[in-house]
Amino acid sequence: MASEAETGALPRLDATPGVAPARRTTLRRWLSNSGVSIGGGLFLVILFLTLIGPFLVPHSPFDQSLVSRLRPPVWSGGTAEHPFGTDYLGRDYLARLLWGGRISLLIGFCTIAVAGIFGTTIGVLAGYFGGTLDFAVRFLIMVRLALPAVLIALAVAFIAGPSLKLLIIVLGLLLWDRFAVVARATTMQLRTSEFVIAARATGASNLTILRRDILPNIVNQLIVIATVELANAVLIAAALSFLGLGVQPPMPDWGLMIAEGKQYLLFSPYLITLPGAAMMVLVLSVNLLGDGIRDVTDPEARGR
Amino acid sequence: MSAESAVLSIDGLEVSLPHREGVVHAVRGVSFEIGRGETVCVVGESGCGKSMTAMAVLNLLPRGARREARALRWRDEDILNAGERRMRDLRGDRIGMIFQEPLTALNPSLPIGEQLMEVYRRHRPAQKREAHARALDMLGQVGIPNPEERLSQYPYQLSGGLRQRVVIAMALMCEPELIIADEPTTALDVTIQAQILRLLIDLKDRFGLALLLITHDLAVASRIADRIVVMYAGEVVEEAPTDAFFARPLHPYARGLLGCLPSAHGGQNDAPLQVIPGTVPSLIGEMNGCAFLERCAFADAACSGTIPLTDFGGHKVRCIKAKVPGVAP
Repeated sequence: MASEAETGALPRLDATPGVAPARRTTLRRWLSNSGVSIGGGLFLVILFLTLIGPFLVPHSPFDQSLVSRLRPPVWSGGTAEHPFGTDYLGRDYLARLLWGGRISLLIGFCTIAVAGIFGTTIGVLAGYFGGTLDFAVRFLIMVRLALPAVLIALAVAFIAGPSLKLLIIVLGLLLWDRFAVVARATTMQLRTSEFVIAARATGASNLTILRRDILPNIVNQLIVIATVELANAVLIAAALSFLGLGVQPPMPDWGLMIAEGKQYLLFSPYLITLPGAAMMVLVLSVNLLGDGIRDVTDPEARGR
Repeated sequence: MSAESAVLSIDGLEVSLPHREGVVHAVRGVSFEIGRGETVCVVGESGCGKSMTAMAVLNLLPRGARREARALRWRDEDILNAGERRMRDLRGDRIGMIFQEPLTALNPSLPIGEQLMEVYRRHRPAQKREAHARALDMLGQVGIPNPEERLSQYPYQLSGGLRQRVVIAMALMCEPELIIADEPTTALDVTIQAQILRLLIDLKDRFGLALLLITHDLAVASRIADRIVVMYAGEVVEEAPTDAFFARPLHPYARGLLGCLPSAHGGQNDAPLQVIPGTVPSLIGEMNGCAFLERCAFADAACSGTIPLTDFGGHKVRCIKAKVPGVAP
């Protein structure tokens, strides 16, 4: 290779200043977005509570005690023994809320995993290869959009019998459309961009280009979709549980808890408001987080 | 130039693209060769088929484009009918490519070091450490200071000039025999242009590279080229060694192009710059006769016939009016 003298003859450029603290400024940019900080913060709190919380509460969510049925929560005359009160079978409501959150998040995450992988795969392939494949995928998306998701989920759950696994798979196969639409559109944009052509000009195969040049550059948009769909999945799952076709008793689930509490609405409204509020906070935090991620990763907003 | 010493020979290349109003014949019967270590500049205005010619060589034409040729050879190998697998092996390994826009020619989500190493490992059974050393070396070769630090940086952290150096380093990773550079200096400001041009000249001597440089800038061509190929409306209208071309351009279009150049030390010519009247003809559909016919001051009835590329002792021109005193065609 060339000696020092040869490279020394080349025009030298000064090192660009101010690139070292790039990582720190990136972190600051993320945290300065209120959507990310508030939504992300709330979401982390919910995650922490549902994962660790059940071990901190002394009661099991399944233990019944008919003596202490329908104890009110601590702010309306209850005791610290059951801070969020008990339900109609005397089960500790705090423990059930925390466990129910676990189930909700489990359904949400598994559903977006199924939907995300399926939708992204067909969307990216359609956008990249185009032609007949694109036509087929577009047709599939239109068919999916013509199907009422909740109705299909209800029908399947009714026919096949309710089960958590089935619920996740059905929801996953119903919520992939936005992943596919966004993945397809962004891939089509990237396909003709110069760095993809440059990658081909260095001998990259289609698979390499998809993996290294397309996917990393659309993942931001997909994360935003994932947050929206996570919230969506949690809501649909709760609706199905409420109707008795999702999570089955005695498993705690927020939708199911609302269903079980509805007869006591007049005298023990906390049975409905607590799981309802929990669901609202979860969905709100996830949506805020998604909006925040979208704003921060929007290239137009960069450097502001 | 004999066929054996040419690294790349293009013979009768045609590229056509579908269009709403008919088929666009973007490249119409282009032929030329590039010898080992030779620098050929293809010059012409936008839309004359320069870039299409380059992309056709690597079979990287946009979707829907049709490529035809009498022959397309890499050394002695037919690459017109070569499979995609063979072309992938050639691209980036034996033939490197440099793009016009350094701002968009790099993947924004990967550190430049990874992008460089990937090219190397795609074509060589190299360990990560070896590829890393190679990337480091190449960044040094293209004059990037603190290469070690740069390897972990993302494209957005680099200036335009530095990015173009990275793109050049990437093209050089596997020590190709030919580099195709499509307007490598156009998107850069003038001082950086000069640096990059000097770097290219320096590198091609150091590595013994053949260079196919596509540019619309005759000043760039005059500094770097061994041979000039002038394209107009998808055709080669003139091909000559650089000195002969600038001393005596034969085609009226080439003369017009040189007449358009401002001169810093022209002395007596305070006259306004010349302009070539008219516009480039539409490339849709078939074309008969000289493509430059309607803009040419010398045209007459004979110009609407077929115009062959006439060879005046190595200086080829597609014009029946062109004459070189003392040299028979």
